[in-house]
Amino acid sequence: MLKDITIGQYYPTGSAIHKLDPRVKLFGTILYIVTLFIARNPVVYILAAAFLFTCIGIAKVPLKYILRGLKTIMIILAFSLIFNIFFTEGRVLVQFWKIKITYEGIIQAVYMGIRLILLIIGSSLMTLTTTPNDLTDGMEKGLRFLTVIKIPVHEVAMMMSIALRFIPILMEETDKIMKAQTARGASFDEGNFFKRIKALIPILVPLFISAIRRAYDLATAMEARCYRGGKGRTKMKPLKYGKKDGLAYIILFAYLGLIIAARILWNKFVQVG
Amino acid sequence: MSIILDKVNYIYGEGSGFVKHALKDVSLAVDKNEFIGLIGHTGSGKSTLTQIFNGLLRATSGDVYFNGDNIYDKDYDMKKLRSKVGLVFQYPEHQLFETTVFKDVCFGPKNLGLDKRECELRAFEALELVGMDKELFYNSPFELSGGQKRRAAIAGVIAMKPEVLILDEPTAGLDPQGRDEILDMVKAMHEQTQMTVILVSHSMEDVAKYVGRILVMNDGCLMYDDTPREVFAHYRELEKIGLAAPQVTYIMHALKERGMDVDTDAITIEEGFRSICKAFGR
Repeated sequence: MLKDITIGQYYPTGSAIHKLDPRVKLFGTILYIVTLFIARNPVVYILAAAFLFTCIGIAKVPLKYILRGLKTIMIILAFSLIFNIFFTEGRVLVQFWKIKITYEGIIQAVYMGIRLILLIIGSSLMTLTTTPNDLTDGMEKGLRFLTVIKIPVHEVAMMMSIALRFIPILMEETDKIMKAQTARGASFDEGNFFKRIKALIPILVPLFISAIRRAYDLATAMEARCYRGGKGRTKMKPLKYGKKDGLAYIILFAYLGLIIAARILWNKFVQVG
Repeated sequence: MSIILDKVNYIYGEGSGFVKHALKDVSLAVDKNEFIGLIGHTGSGKSTLTQIFNGLLRATSGDVYFNGDNIYDKDYDMKKLRSKVGLVFQYPEHQLFETTVFKDVCFGPKNLGLDKRECELRAFEALELVGMDKELFYNSPFELSGGQKRRAAIAGVIAMKPEVLILDEPTAGLDPQGRDEILDMVKAMHEQTQMTVILVSHSMEDVAKYVGRILVMNDGCLMYDDTPREVFAHYRELEKIGLAAPQVTYIMHALKERGMDVDTDAITIEEGFRSICKAFGR
């Protein structure tokens, strides 16, 4: 169950996309999400999907592995589809009693579904190709300008990287504790709702205790290395833009231009006509 | 016969990017009332094997029999198996969660559906067996020292009255005194209750001193399955897989090479001492 979450997992292949500067990938992901919301016609969606799958091809991450991450959002997806199909006003196609399905509703639902799927795949591609450390480094440097308005960018980035780093550790820990309690005869999938909630106590208490213990240990270790926050701190591997990063930016803007052009042209020639 | 493994294979992460063949065709039989040592280097499949024993992991292929029944049969009661094959994980004190030591030990029997009196009786017995101070029974388990926490956690498994007790590195992270205390306690318990004990360890001294049979795991395969004497006679092969024989074995071999007539089979300090005395003619 826990293994199915592919968002936030790194999949090393050493491809060109893996080697890009994390700021490029962050910016690219945001830009990609924006284009998904610009999209209002099939051509734009086809372009967006083509762009994404080309990126996945370059990144050499197995498609099967990425698609597994979609399992976890199936419920959200189903919800948004149902809402869109049944609650959009427009030309009525089918109607029984008070429930009606409209032409616009179906179109809207299909668009929404594609949009959500591309959004999840797009953002998981970023985390699959970027180590959590690189990602927070990129955020820290990319958002440095916010320090001007007194936002502690370094500290927030540090907290995020620690949180990301602890996800796999705590997942492993949960697995271990669950097994240990199962070995003592506990079961987590029996009984009614309240019984199941109660069955979580033997997992949650040790888990919280271990998380707090680890936090203390980490704080001590950081202090022992004289950590004093971001001021005056230098990096072992400072982020520097290279040629390939420039190229990547050009490609990204070209993609954005293409999407905008596709949208304007569609509105002009297809919709009106 | 209590546990039989028949050509058990276990593969982690099948169908994903990270596949590991953790157990390769492991076949073995564990008899009633044995005291077995399970040794192997980190990543050799020891811990996987212990979880196969009590059904926490399901073998990718192969069969496991407990008291003659195949545990992978559809109607097999896994919960009952887990009470019969008690597994104490590494650092078992990390699973403590109740407000008092006594309540925590009651958790296992309670899960078996026993009535309150029986649970408390068993918890009491188990805490006695592990040598817990009576004054500490109603303390919070989080206030205990490391060694006592571990005793409390082991008691939590023993209270289910298992026929087979598996201890995964029960001495990890304890000081030498705590280590000896825990192992002596396990030994005493083994003699008192006739439980089969499987001790996972990478300390050869511990294993040599207590167990009657050793299983050596290497890269997912069962490499040796014999008495400590026979296994440690292969001390050169053991070194190759990152293990070692007890230090006494090395001393005895070195003495023999220098022409002293000692018994190279000695595996505990007492045996070595006696053999050297004999060589001096005392």
